[in-house]
Amino acid sequence: MAAIEILDLEKSYLVGFWRKRPKQALRPLRLTIEEGEVFGFLGPNGAGKTTTLKLLMGLVTPTAGTARILGMDIDDPRVKAQTGFLPEQPYFYDYLTAQELLTYYAQLSGVPAKERSRRVAEMLERVGLTDSARTQLRKFSKGMLQRVGLAQAILHDPKLVFLDEPMSGLDPMGRREVREMIQQMRNEGKTVFFSTHILSDAEALCDRVAIIHQGELRGVGAVAHLTSQTQGKVEIIFCAQSVPAALKNLGVEARVSGDMVNAVVEEEKQDAALEILQREHLRLISLTPVRSSLEEYYIQKLRPRENGKGAGA
Amino acid sequence: MNSRIGYVAFNTFREAVRDRVLYNLVAFAVLLSGAAILVGEISIDIERLVVVNLGLTAVSLFGVVIAIFMGIGLVSKEIEKRTLYTVLSRPVRRWEFVVGKFFGLTGTLVVNTFCMAIGVFLALLYVAHKFERADLWVLVALYFIVLQFLIVCALALFFSSFSTPLMSAIFTFALFVIGSLAEDLRGFARITQGVTGALATAIAYLVPNFSAFNIINQAAHGDAVPGRLILYNTVYALLYSAMAISGAVLIFQRRNLK
Repeated sequence: MAAIEILDLEKSYLVGFWRKRPKQALRPLRLTIEEGEVFGFLGPNGAGKTTTLKLLMGLVTPTAGTARILGMDIDDPRVKAQTGFLPEQPYFYDYLTAQELLTYYAQLSGVPAKERSRRVAEMLERVGLTDSARTQLRKFSKGMLQRVGLAQAILHDPKLVFLDEPMSGLDPMGRREVREMIQQMRNEGKTVFFSTHILSDAEALCDRVAIIHQGELRGVGAVAHLTSQTQGKVEIIFCAQSVPAALKNLGVEARVSGDMVNAVVEEEKQDAALEILQREHLRLISLTPVRSSLEEYYIQKLRPRENGKGAGA
Repeated sequence: MNSRIGYVAFNTFREAVRDRVLYNLVAFAVLLSGAAILVGEISIDIERLVVVNLGLTAVSLFGVVIAIFMGIGLVSKEIEKRTLYTVLSRPVRRWEFVVGKFFGLTGTLVVNTFCMAIGVFLALLYVAHKFERADLWVLVALYFIVLQFLIVCALALFFSSFSTPLMSAIFTFALFVIGSLAEDLRGFARITQGVTGALATAIAYLVPNFSAFNIINQAAHGDAVPGRLILYNTVYALLYSAMAISGAVLIFQRRNLK
């Protein structure tokens, strides 16, 4: 069963003071996310990622279209008992302590009274905040608040977790911790749908990604597939202090660093390049096909229509 | 009560306590004890009258100020600070949230009024040295003040569901002032003809009739309050608040949380 089925979901807002005109925040979006997937929703700032998440969480109403979550209609109250949500740059009731906040959310989520304190203690431990459990949130750092945010999102053991920019504003250590938590969610069989514009995080964590730009879906693909595609080029690393002239004549792109040369050559010229290395008695270190990165896919998906728009303007 | 409404209400009450809203009790205590001592020194035979008048007026004003200033922020502050996102992403319906917030604020005001009422009765005991049967009407006056708070909270919540906090405060305060003069407005409507008369009648019956809740002077003089008025005011306050809350729910239900 699909965890999320987005069926032509669309959102436009009225903008302007006197003469209101519609501004399309999300063009009809059709997307399916399978159960157990870690799905990355990528796009630059203002692309429509947060709007999509808010639509799925029922915080804004769609202009058209609908979605089904865990087989239920988006507005079915039972959906929210099985989903967790971390908003972007979360802000919590800062007069509460971490323990009080999680207890409050556990109450609202319908966690049975006898399980509540155990669940809260478990979550605080899981996000490393046991020692700060009785500290008011107004004294928490940004990283600590993000950890509280993650704890509240999974407190009631949801099947599906929505995370909006979970790594934004965190230091490298904080990002690593969040990445580990998402990995842990995957291991527990949860479906994770998270938005980000940090591609390395998406590449490290996601099974599939979708790219959205200017409210429009530009592409969907499996990360493993996207990053396994070769570009028809190979990377040759060999020991030398300069690039042999014969190799330059082949049209390689080479970079010398110390005693090593890193050269990229087209696949059909690979044998010729290796012959040159043999002839010159240069030691080959490695030869690997050049694979696409998620970044290249991302840039490729954003670029064409921006150019088209520019040309039309 | 639906348990989620109860949890939201309790959290609202806890917020008020931690935001030191109940600190107003200190100001009230200082005012009332000062007044009681002063009245004991200078007035002859009207100590009770002065203490009841001053005490109940202070209870009403302190409460109305809290009701307006907390009421206008109940929903708008949650939207502005985005604390609402993590609440509404749980199995909490929007109407439950609004109603919970309303009960949380009215609960705060009931506790506040209860503490102030103790202060009023202590001041009465200080100046009169004993309680009288007529003091019962002071309790009824306090009950009417609480009913007023219900309406003011509901109105503040209603206005804050679609306008800015400042505008909500202005609208609610304006309605409180106009509503306090509702009897005069109804009298004016009765003697006016034509379009002006129709307009005055409409306004007079649309604004909350706060003047019917003001029995402070009666209570101060120890005059009995008819049971019919108690029943009428109770039903009126509950219906008026329910209407304002329903309006707030209807508007909030459709609101996009950008």
